Amino acid sequence: MKSSIEKARTGDLIFLNLTRTFAAFTLLVLFAIVVSLVWSAMPSIREFGFGFLTSSEWNPPAERFGALVPIYGTLATSIIALIIAVPISFGIAIFLTELSPVWLRRPLGTAIELLAGIPSIVYGMWGLLVFAPLFGEYAQPWIAKTLGQIPLIGNLFTGPMLGIGVLAAGIILAIMIIPFIASIMRDVFELTPAMLKESCYGIGGTTWEVVWRVVLPYTRVGVIGGIMLGLGRALGETMAVTFIIGNASIFINYSLFQPGNSITSALANEFAEATPGLYTAALIELGLLLFLITVVVLSLSRLLLHSLDKR
Amino acid sequence: MKTPVSHLLRAAALTAVLGGTALFVHAANEVTGAGASFPAPLYGKWADSYHKATGVKVNYQSIGSGAGIKQITARTVDFGATDMPLRPEVLARDGLVQFPTVIGGVVPVVNVQGVAPGQMRLTGPVLADIYLAKITKWNDKAIADLNPGLSLPNADIAVVRRADGSGTTFLFTNYLSKVSEEWRTRVGEGTAVQWPTGLGGKGNEGVSAFLQRIPNSIGYVEYIYAKQNKQSHTLLRNAAGNFVAPDDTSFKAASADADWGRAAFGEILTNQAGKDAWPITGATFILMHRLQDKPAQGAAALRFFEWAYQNGDRTAQELEYVPLPDSLVRKIQASWADIKDGAGRPVFSGK
Repeated sequence: MKSSIEKARTGDLIFLNLTRTFAAFTLLVLFAIVVSLVWSAMPSIREFGFGFLTSSEWNPPAERFGALVPIYGTLATSIIALIIAVPISFGIAIFLTELSPVWLRRPLGTAIELLAGIPSIVYGMWGLLVFAPLFGEYAQPWIAKTLGQIPLIGNLFTGPMLGIGVLAAGIILAIMIIPFIASIMRDVFELTPAMLKESCYGIGGTTWEVVWRVVLPYTRVGVIGGIMLGLGRALGETMAVTFIIGNASIFINYSLFQPGNSITSALANEFAEATPGLYTAALIELGLLLFLITVVVLSLSRLLLHSLDKR
Repeated sequence: MKTPVSHLLRAAALTAVLGGTALFVHAANEVTGAGASFPAPLYGKWADSYHKATGVKVNYQSIGSGAGIKQITARTVDFGATDMPLRPEVLARDGLVQFPTVIGGVVPVVNVQGVAPGQMRLTGPVLADIYLAKITKWNDKAIADLNPGLSLPNADIAVVRRADGSGTTFLFTNYLSKVSEEWRTRVGEGTAVQWPTGLGGKGNEGVSAFLQRIPNSIGYVEYIYAKQNKQSHTLLRNAAGNFVAPDDTSFKAASADADWGRAAFGEILTNQAGKDAWPITGATFILMHRLQDKPAQGAAALRFFEWAYQNGDRTAQELEYVPLPDSLVRKIQASWADIKDGAGRPVFSGK
């Protein structure tokens, strides 16, 4: 009897240490990645210093490199994607949890999960061959006539209407991250206790009031988590962006109609043919920057959650 | 990545090294190579036929020229492949030798209403000015003067180029650097450059897709893509002043006068003087270590290329590559005597 208890204890101990090793392994891998990135990027860091962040030159033959264009492209496309995807995902999630007839919930939910499973290269091909021609032909002239006329932000919507560029890439990214954000929002909305919602309805609340005053405050941690997951995917997306962003490594202006470049797209396009030395180091430094951007975004979301918890 | 060599074969190789006799016949049954994507379809076909003929597997990974150079320098493969020849001093520094395998061409293609393949005439400087965004309209005087017979639209030129680093871009920019001083100083040459204008398509397929989609566009692709997609290639004025069309005759003409001995076979065949020479022509190259730490592998790789030079011409032509002239192949095979084992003996003696 005693021995069997002891045996179980030993088992627990082994299990504890095993899981601890696995957890430590994650940290070790993370640390190793950072070290190897910094190490391989060192020639570029030493050569360009902080100027790497502010220079818009990307000139392999002259070996002068700066990351401004890809940083701008990565941030701009991701922000556009969020601006479009968050409200739409929110709407989808509300419809699925509060408004949809029950028989429709399952098929719709499955459809959204299926969308999340489509490989990104398919979005890229579709974006290039189907979306971009339509976007350039119909949507861009309309956007230029409407949003393009607004002072200050109007400049963002001028330039060549080819259907290819930063804005088009942002929209494709939005389509790609909507399923992720929507399905997480739906899952967390469903966690809201029915009693809370019923109470609000009971005192005469509208659906909007229930969602805005009860469901959202109750689930905000999960909602923000879902948005961050979407943002993380948008920041790191490679193939779809490469196909449609235009891959221009020169900075013409801030217009979202211009072709641009993103960090991941620059890496995917140029790494295989990059000559060893400064060129490769500069590309690795780009990777390091993407890593830093992701860390900053994650930390900011943690801070946001923290301050929300305090309130 | 180690290629499996059976103990028996390794022993045979060792005996050969110690005994100094050329006992390398079928010493290795698997050879690995990696690099340039431009010749990858051809190397794949060659490897397939070679496997059927001899039972030796040649494993070629199409990972790009830059990555190929990294792999061969790190000795993870038996041979590397690059579209951009290395300079003699780089070869010497890394202990490598290089030799060309086949020749191919890069062609400008246009999508302008009413312009059929081979109708539009361009010169190098005009092409450079288009890619420098100095000529921005199709009916610009510089283009119209070259094409009195064509009715050119008063439309903006949509410039398309490669987004990814590639040997195709290297040949194209190398040519523009030779014919335009402004291009040479402002942009330069390389597998990727800082383009002053234009949209980047991924791969030859990406450029072809943009070309078909965007009216009034111009791009450049490998010859086979222009031919397969029936795109409107242009004629180019070569260094001798003649307008030539891209085909195997004009590619061959470009290689005829090349001085292969000058820079360890690192000849770039753009803007050659021959009267029929297509101006954007280039060879693709194999890289191997001068000092082989696995002589049996080195010998097996060279045996494969010897076979390919002898039996691979028809396959090459089917895929629109131009085989090397026999005189050059003899020079290349003579140069293989420089590839030696640890004891200073050539790893491969040929026939």
